[in-house]
Amino acid sequence: MDKVVLDKFDSALLKAVADLDNMPTGAFSLRRNGQPVKVNITPNINIIPKKDKPGIDIYVRADTKGETVHIPVVITESGINDVVYNDFYIGKNADVIINAGCGIHNDGCNDTHHNGIHRFFLDEGSKVLYVEKHYGEGDGSGKRVLDPVTEVHMGKNSSCEMRTTQIKGVDSTIRTTNAVIGDGASLVITEKIMTHGDQLAETNFKVDLDGFDSKVQVTSRSIATENSTQKFVSNVNGNNQCFGHVECDAIIKDHGKVISIPEITANCVDANLIHEAAIGKIAGEQIIKLMTIGLTESEAESEIINGFLK
Amino acid sequence: MLELKNVNFSADGKHILKDISFKLGAGKFIAITGPNGSGKSTLAKVIMGIEKPESGQIFFNGEDVTNYTIDQRARMGISFGFQQPVRFKGITVHDLLNLSAKEKLSSKDACNILATVGLCANSYLDREVNASLSGGELKRIEIASVITRGTALTIFDEPEAGIDLWSFNNLIRVFNEMREKLAGSIIVISHQERILNIADEIVLLSEGRIAKIVPHGEPLESFIPVQDVRTCCKL
Ligand SMILES: Nc1ncnc2c1ncn2[C@@H]1O[C@H](COP(=O)(O)OP(=O)(O)O)[C@@H](O)[C@H]1O
Ligand SMILES: [Mg+2]
Repeated sequence: MDKVVLDKFDSALLKAVADLDNMPTGAFSLRRNGQPVKVNITPNINIIPKKDKPGIDIYVRADTKGETVHIPVVITESGINDVVYNDFYIGKNADVIINAGCGIHNDGCNDTHHNGIHRFFLDEGSKVLYVEKHYGEGDGSGKRVLDPVTEVHMGKNSSCEMRTTQIKGVDSTIRTTNAVIGDGASLVITEKIMTHGDQLAETNFKVDLDGFDSKVQVTSRSIATENSTQKFVSNVNGNNQCFGHVECDAIIKDHGKVISIPEITANCVDANLIHEAAIGKIAGEQIIKLMTIGLTESEAESEIINGFLK
Repeated sequence: MLELKNVNFSADGKHILKDISFKLGAGKFIAITGPNGSGKSTLAKVIMGIEKPESGQIFFNGEDVTNYTIDQRARMGISFGFQQPVRFKGITVHDLLNLSAKEKLSSKDACNILATVGLCANSYLDREVNASLSGGELKRIEIASVITRGTALTIFDEPEAGIDLWSFNNLIRVFNEMREKLAGSIIVISHQERILNIADEIVLLSEGRIAKIVPHGEPLESFIPVQDVRTCCKL
């Protein structure tokens, strides 16, 4: 499995989900059509295939700084049902970027599924930036389905930022994210979703702020167009002196539908939790302002959407 | 360059602009003043195309633009600075200036534009044009987005609101430069004496009607109707 030949679909998908023109350098694991095809390790980052189920264990050595792990997934065969278990063990004071993404090209009539089950274990003082893009394309009637499950265990004073993006072509997605945050640790989640057609996107966040001075900031910006539906459920539990802020901002167009269900629970008198949610059309005055500087109505609308999802 | 002929506008059954007619020559600066609610902002919006008059006509450079859309008028050379600046999520100050300029401005050029409205650009360019900016900051960014365009006609709706003295002096300099460099015409809606004083003409609006057009140099005081506020509250 050393020599990997990428076809044009693979390359296009890699570009879309990971902004990669070539195979990445550094630590990576490329998965294609439900099979691992290429793994690369570095002195600081080890990747070991799991023995009991599909997936990998990724070990980042303590104090590793400035390395990026790429774990892209591409699926070009119709009808694949791929479930993969990836566990990340981030050593003490390490500071790394994890670049994940899944691109599905489905020209067939069978549904293609990919479920990435990711678990993150952050040691004391470690820092992770996790960037993930989900993208689908293809002309077949088969659906492109992504149901990621993410679990984050954050040790003392660790910090994690997760940026997830799904802009196009995913017919159905149910995202589940559970996090347990330790003393002084901080989690920032930013998700961006745009849905079209009859697509369905559901996001469920459950965050336990267990640690003293633990923090979470969840920002969801979404646009539901045509007949698509989105549901955003967040559940933040403040179990100690902590700070939690959940912000859900959605634009609806055409017959798009957005449901936002906030739940914040303070189990400690020193918990400080905020939830903000707003759903609405693009403000007419925003379009008018951009038209007064010369943009057409549709140019104005796309600038507003691009800015919102930037 | 701009002419309004018998423009009437109503909303919610209320006659807001009543038979407005006036002409504005190229390179001229007029100020529109009058009590709150007299229809000043509505008049500006009718010129920009944001509101459609129910009767009357608007000519710009000899062309009847009455039925033109906002963006058509904008591209013909009309700009409008809102009284209440619009906020955006995700669009930065730099983005907005780029859109106004119709090109990607270098940070240096964008900085220069912001400097003219008294903002130290480095700390503003990447900020989103949202509620995290103060009212005065938003107002100056709004003005910057308008002057960047450098159009033949620029309308400012109460530009002085929320602007400190330093910027205010700059604002007057900006008006003067627009007239000199672009031979541009300016309409400023204002209550500020210093702005009224530099106008070629002051249009006094009262209850949706042009009550008076006062040429430069003539005292204005005698024309401002003194209204007893208590009469408004009588049941
Ligand atoms: N779209 C509208 N619908 C109903 N009333 C309006 C509308 N626009 C303006 N008005 C009313 O018209 C009057 C003039 O408003 P405006 O032009 O904003 O006044 P000014 O700028 O002189 O303070 C006010 O009484 C205002 O409430
Ligand atoms: Mg007004």
